[in-house]
Amino acid sequence: MRRETRRTGVFTRRALLVMGAQVTALGALAARLHQVQVTEGARYATLARDNSISVRMIAPPRGRILDRFGVVIANNKQNWRALLIAEQTTDVARTLDSFCELVPLDDRERGRIERDIKRHRRFIPVLVRDFLSWEDMARIEVNAPDLPGILIDVGATRVYPMGAQLAHIVGYVAPPNEKDVDGDPMMSLPGIRVGRAGVEKSRETELRGRAGAVQLEVNAYGRVIRELTRQEGIAGDDAELALDTGLQRAVRERLGDESASAVVLDCRNGEVLAMASNPSFDPSLFNAGVSQTQWQAWANDPRAPLINKAVDGVYAPGSTFKMAVALAALQSRAISGGDHFYCPGFFDLGNARFHCWRKGGHGSLDLRGGIKNSCDVFFYQVALKAGIDSIAAMAHRLGMGTTLEIDLPTQRAGLIPTREWRRARGHPWNLGDTVVSGIGQGYIQVTPLQLATYAARLATGRAVQPHLTRRIGSDLLPGSRAGDWSELGLPPRFLAAVREGMWAVVNDKGGTAPEARLPDPHVQLAGKTGSAQVRRVSREQREHGFDSSKLPWKYRPNALFVAYAPYASPQYAVSVVIEHGNAGATAAAPMARDIMVAALRRDPANRTTAPGSPGGGQVAQASPT
Amino acid sequence: MMDRRLWREPSFDLIGKLFRVNWLYVLLLCALAGVGYVALYSVGGGSAAPYASRHALRFAAGVLLLVGIALIDIRFIARLAWPAYALALGLLVAVAHAGHVGKGAQRWIELGGLELQPSELMKIALVLALAAWFHRASWERIGNPLFLLPPLVAVAVPAVMILKEPNLGTAVIVGVLGAAIFFAAGVRWWTFAIALLFIPLAGRFAYSHLHGYQQARIETFLHPESDPLGAGYNIIQSKIALGSGGLWGQGFLHGTQGHLDFLPEKQTDFIFTMIGEEFGFMGALAVMALLGLIILGGMAVALRCRHQFGRLVAFGLAVNFFLYVFVNVAMVMGVIPVGGVPLPLVSHGGSAVITVMIGFGLLMSVHVHRDVEFADGREGP
Repeated sequence: MRRETRRTGVFTRRALLVMGAQVTALGALAARLHQVQVTEGARYATLARDNSISVRMIAPPRGRILDRFGVVIANNKQNWRALLIAEQTTDVARTLDSFCELVPLDDRERGRIERDIKRHRRFIPVLVRDFLSWEDMARIEVNAPDLPGILIDVGATRVYPMGAQLAHIVGYVAPPNEKDVDGDPMMSLPGIRVGRAGVEKSRETELRGRAGAVQLEVNAYGRVIRELTRQEGIAGDDAELALDTGLQRAVRERLGDESASAVVLDCRNGEVLAMASNPSFDPSLFNAGVSQTQWQAWANDPRAPLINKAVDGVYAPGSTFKMAVALAALQSRAISGGDHFYCPGFFDLGNARFHCWRKGGHGSLDLRGGIKNSCDVFFYQVALKAGIDSIAAMAHRLGMGTTLEIDLPTQRAGLIPTREWRRARGHPWNLGDTVVSGIGQGYIQVTPLQLATYAARLATGRAVQPHLTRRIGSDLLPGSRAGDWSELGLPPRFLAAVREGMWAVVNDKGGTAPEARLPDPHVQLAGKTGSAQVRRVSREQREHGFDSSKLPWKYRPNALFVAYAPYASPQYAVSVVIEHGNAGATAAAPMARDIMVAALRRDPANRTTAPGSPGGGQVAQASPT
Repeated sequence: MMDRRLWREPSFDLIGKLFRVNWLYVLLLCALAGVGYVALYSVGGGSAAPYASRHALRFAAGVLLLVGIALIDIRFIARLAWPAYALALGLLVAVAHAGHVGKGAQRWIELGGLELQPSELMKIALVLALAAWFHRASWERIGNPLFLLPPLVAVAVPAVMILKEPNLGTAVIVGVLGAAIFFAAGVRWWTFAIALLFIPLAGRFAYSHLHGYQQARIETFLHPESDPLGAGYNIIQSKIALGSGGLWGQGFLHGTQGHLDFLPEKQTDFIFTMIGEEFGFMGALAVMALLGLIILGGMAVALRCRHQFGRLVAFGLAVNFFLYVFVNVAMVMGVIPVGGVPLPLVSHGGSAVITVMIGFGLLMSVHVHRDVEFADGREGP
């Protein structure tokens, strides 16, 4: 019992101590309250009797988005709008009736205005109509005496002069929702917009700027008497993209009505010069509000106009994948540069027979011949020698099946399968899966941007990452110089071997893509075709002379092409993916050629390359042998 | 431990218990809620809708809850202490995964239509759990640092989880609350001296485990002047409103700053400013006095209780209420830069009213059952 007394005694003593502390703390708060309310409060008292001081935020202008030559991609436009202050009119309905006679309002708008008026205090302006034309405004101003309570005010709205050309890349802005409230007080400003997609979203922090503040003296009704102090905000930084809007337009025109995507990279530093995804959409439709029918049309269109296929579309790379397979085999020393493989037109693995695209086979081929002829049987065997895990490692190293550092808010990573990946799904890896992986089919999925990155890395041997933004404000971002990117760490002779194969595909006699040859014989293009099945070809079809172009559109193979040029000193990497375009050689290769010509023709002197980049602007020719 | 029969056997009947409820204390709570009603009526622009009427309804439900809990045998509550703690911890984990993100922080969870703030429930459960732990402890055992390790973990785990929500204010309150109960339980002075040395280390460790944006938010908490339009904006507005209230206030429904919508969150965090503006220093002082009476009344319940569990529960709940009040009032006057702590029973907010009333229900149960004997024979003076 004595112990209990001790414990209780300690509790009582300490509880009394805590009570004392609490009383002291509350007393201190009361003293502070007296200071704020009575001693210092006298300073506010006179002001506050009739007037009050209010600190209001002023929104800074959002940074613009420009292309590399300064062409405006996203800009701010003044938005003239009519507001209504309910307490300044005796009859809200009559004011609105008179307003309707000048600028028609439909019933839905009327309903919204009346709801807003009920919801807010009567001195708070309520939006009647925004995006007023000059004529409307003039009409309202002239009839001002008949419109008590109506006032005109100017806000900012975002405009995208390039429209559908860049809709997928630039994105758009929208009023912030709860997720965007990240502690920035600006988010509570009426009319503020935040990036919701594209560069507008990924560069939100830089574009937004910081709010300014203005101290106002307002009367008891909230009306502004005078401005006391003003602290201007910091305007958002302009974002200069590496894009060339002229090239972008040319690329989109060349893709035409196909459901297709093409990417042009500066392969020395990974700058995205053009990134097209057709069909596109008109972003200005979002400003006015998208109609139900328009949504339906977009949602039901099999060509998915709202999707940026360059980063959010995934495709089997087909034969364009073969260079990665070859490099994986070379790097893991599974084959050497001089090895030959025999192609009788098919390849048997156990009971399964895998066919070459060419019925009679290619005979004996070396690596150069394998790539040049795009021989499937050659790569079935090389893939088996390399093994799927080393193929996956090489593909990742070359930019496929991984998340790239592209400054867009969304991108798909695609997939390069490994044994581990298959095991995690509860299946063993089959050698047959390795065989089809050798020709870029099976589980493999990549995006067009990854294909372009792949081409750029093959061309330069550097681990360049694609990026859209070049400058923020006046600062050149890191990554704009070739020297910013590290080497891939692949032996030059291995890279040279696959490059030579890619040269032969286009320029050598009997290559698979003579259509991609450039008109100027001194500037040569190296590339690789791909035609990836989206549906299995049955034996029966194969035996009866199968023609994929007779299939319904959505079952036709995808057509792909990756390329870089000039062969001797690579500057541009291009990837083209045409959904259900049938054959890479006939559909994608000519497009890639024309896109490359457009890229090369646009004056290189205009294409400002950061000083210190090796091989800048130099166009030389060489033959691979 | 406890004899199963003892708590089942009603030591006195329900009617008797009802008479033992301290109705004067309940009346004090009603007065505080009345202050809330008046202030929310004013916030609503001289109308009971939308805040005041709902507030009254919630408080009425809260009073029923309070009386109901007050009648539950404290020994039964003691048995539920650790299960309640486990439940609250489960809810905290749930909010971390499925919580509703409001104002950039995961703090709320929806449970059967009622929005719950698990961190509030956690504070009550923590008080119960620590009281149950120290209830068993002799004076000698409390001197053993190893004996203090489990309760220390019981405080640290929810504190870190709340910090990660991120809700720095509540996390600190949980830490201080835990320390206060340790102190009252008789943990030696030197233990606190050592703990004081470790606080900077623990703080650094917790800080390094936060995301970048969470660190930034804590930076803003600690240095509000770096963000004059964020936290600083609210404080400036609050001070102007308080200052314009003067000694006697601008009069009911006549506070200009509050009514002109300059004052942010005036129905929740900044309700005290509203009171200070309309009823002046005298009015605000009266409300503070009322709050002080409620706090000291809670401490008195602790001092009068004859078993350690009840003492520590009442003490912990009174300290919890005090911390609530102190942080909120200090915040609106710009003494401390913490946000997101409402003024209990005055601010608008359903979950807060209900959890606060659960706390007072437990306090009242301690009062009603202040003389009961626990079966383990460690009771009594």
